[in-house]
Amino acid sequence: MFTETEISKHKRWTENVMRIFFLVMTSLMILPLLLIIGYLIYKALPVLSLEFLFTNPKDNMRAGGLWAPFLGTIYLVVVSLLVSAPIGVFAAVYLNEYARESWFTRITNLAVVNLAGVPSIVHALFGVGAFVLFAGLGESILAASLTLAIMTLPVIIASTTEALKAVPMSFREACWNLGATRWQTIRRIVIPNSISGILTGVILQVSRAAGETAPIMFTGAVFYKAIAEGDLLAYNITEQCMALSLHLFTISTQVPDVTEGIPYGTAVVLVGSVLLVNATSIVLRVYLRTRKKW
Amino acid sequence: MNSNNQNGSQNSAVIEVTDLKVRYGDKSALNGVSFDVYQNEILGIIGPVQSGKTTLLKVINRTLEFTPNTTVEGSVKLNGEDISTISDVYGLRRRIGMVQPLPVGLPLSIYDNVAFAPRTAGIRSKSELDEIVERCLQQAALWEEVKDRLKALGTKLSGGQQQRLTIARALSHQPDILCLDEFSIAVDPVTTMRIEEVLKTLRTKMTILLVTNLVQQAKRLANRTAFFLNGDLIEIDTTDVIFSENPSEQATYDYVNGAFG
Repeated sequence: MFTETEISKHKRWTENVMRIFFLVMTSLMILPLLLIIGYLIYKALPVLSLEFLFTNPKDNMRAGGLWAPFLGTIYLVVVSLLVSAPIGVFAAVYLNEYARESWFTRITNLAVVNLAGVPSIVHALFGVGAFVLFAGLGESILAASLTLAIMTLPVIIASTTEALKAVPMSFREACWNLGATRWQTIRRIVIPNSISGILTGVILQVSRAAGETAPIMFTGAVFYKAIAEGDLLAYNITEQCMALSLHLFTISTQVPDVTEGIPYGTAVVLVGSVLLVNATSIVLRVYLRTRKKW
Repeated sequence: MNSNNQNGSQNSAVIEVTDLKVRYGDKSALNGVSFDVYQNEILGIIGPVQSGKTTLLKVINRTLEFTPNTTVEGSVKLNGEDISTISDVYGLRRRIGMVQPLPVGLPLSIYDNVAFAPRTAGIRSKSELDEIVERCLQQAALWEEVKDRLKALGTKLSGGQQQRLTIARALSHQPDILCLDEFSIAVDPVTTMRIEEVLKTLRTKMTILLVTNLVQQAKRLANRTAFFLNGDLIEIDTTDVIFSENPSEQATYDYVNGAFG
């Protein structure tokens, strides 16, 4: 006959208390996020519509929609990732698969880690000096995108390195034993089995590039610029553009008497697009994980 | 140390190792070993951990070059040619089949696992690849179990099947020499015996270096046996002598009879 001892009673009690403690902590983490999103949507409801997304701001930003800043943000993010994703991924492949331990790789790795922690305003100043002035790009989408690329590059290198390290060393050794070159090993085994991690790391940088204000405000984003509504090619990358993050900042702090719903609507569009992109990366990850091969 | 013996002296040396020294940084892994491996023999290599057995295999197929901070002195000749002077290192590796201690099914189909090396060597013809895959899986005693699911993932096979897949893969580039590094460490006894049967038939076609943690396995299979200890080759002789009551070194007798290791 099994009888419950004092010790086992105590254990059961502790087990329950700890479980509830961790549950409360998790809720505390989720709650603010839900409150923020809920509050934003509630406040933005009066202005939210498709028209809001596809018309330019009007009357000195006091009315109208988000078309110019919305398209500007897309331009900035796409161009910056076109630059930083290939460089970052290939650099990580070099550092992880080819480079031998040396002072060069050690300094590079140290630089990557430290660059990832540099505040974005510092990247902005570098962007002004290097791209706007020195390279002569002027304040333009190109200069702003390159600044964003510099900012996202170290994180892409770091996340790609993690993904590559997740492929067991024994796979590489098996390939080398079979007379495969490093490149054949990378192409046939390493990349196909780390691509989901690599893509996730890159996609997560979309939200970072979209959300930052500091790196773009001196390098290419402007207070106001009207463009052709509904035309996806309305911007020229050698010219300036509006951007959602800067737009939100200006209409919240610089422009008096803005219709109350507009800043909230802008925030909803910004947060919504970021969440949408992140959701894509989650779906992609789940899909690729079902094809995991070991 | 006695490398002259009745059995081997009739054969020609396929591998000649002369005063081989290997260091990882400051730590010595092999302190100057010399021996020959003869055509179509199974050379058993026994010894406790850290005795330099795996390092020796990595020197022979030059995959030690992937480990940073290693220095290699002395020479290893393959069919009379110093391997350090061979420029086509990938070709060299394909002349040597290598089986690692833990089974490594590459994350590819069974078919692609075996076709990997031929493909990297440039063979594209489907019929030629089909023929290689079937021959190697048969040689490794795996064909009957997988012939209906060659498209299935090699990594989803059982451990014992994966180890035979590894052997099939090692045979796929038609090596002259097959090196096995403690292949039975993660394999059940039944599979171990099956693979041992496979090795007995392969002996007629190639030279086999059998590094083993099981002393009795060397006794069952090897023509000659080499005993390594802490980076030194203590003794190499016919298996009968190594396992007799009076090998030339006391350490050999002690290890073989389970006094340490």
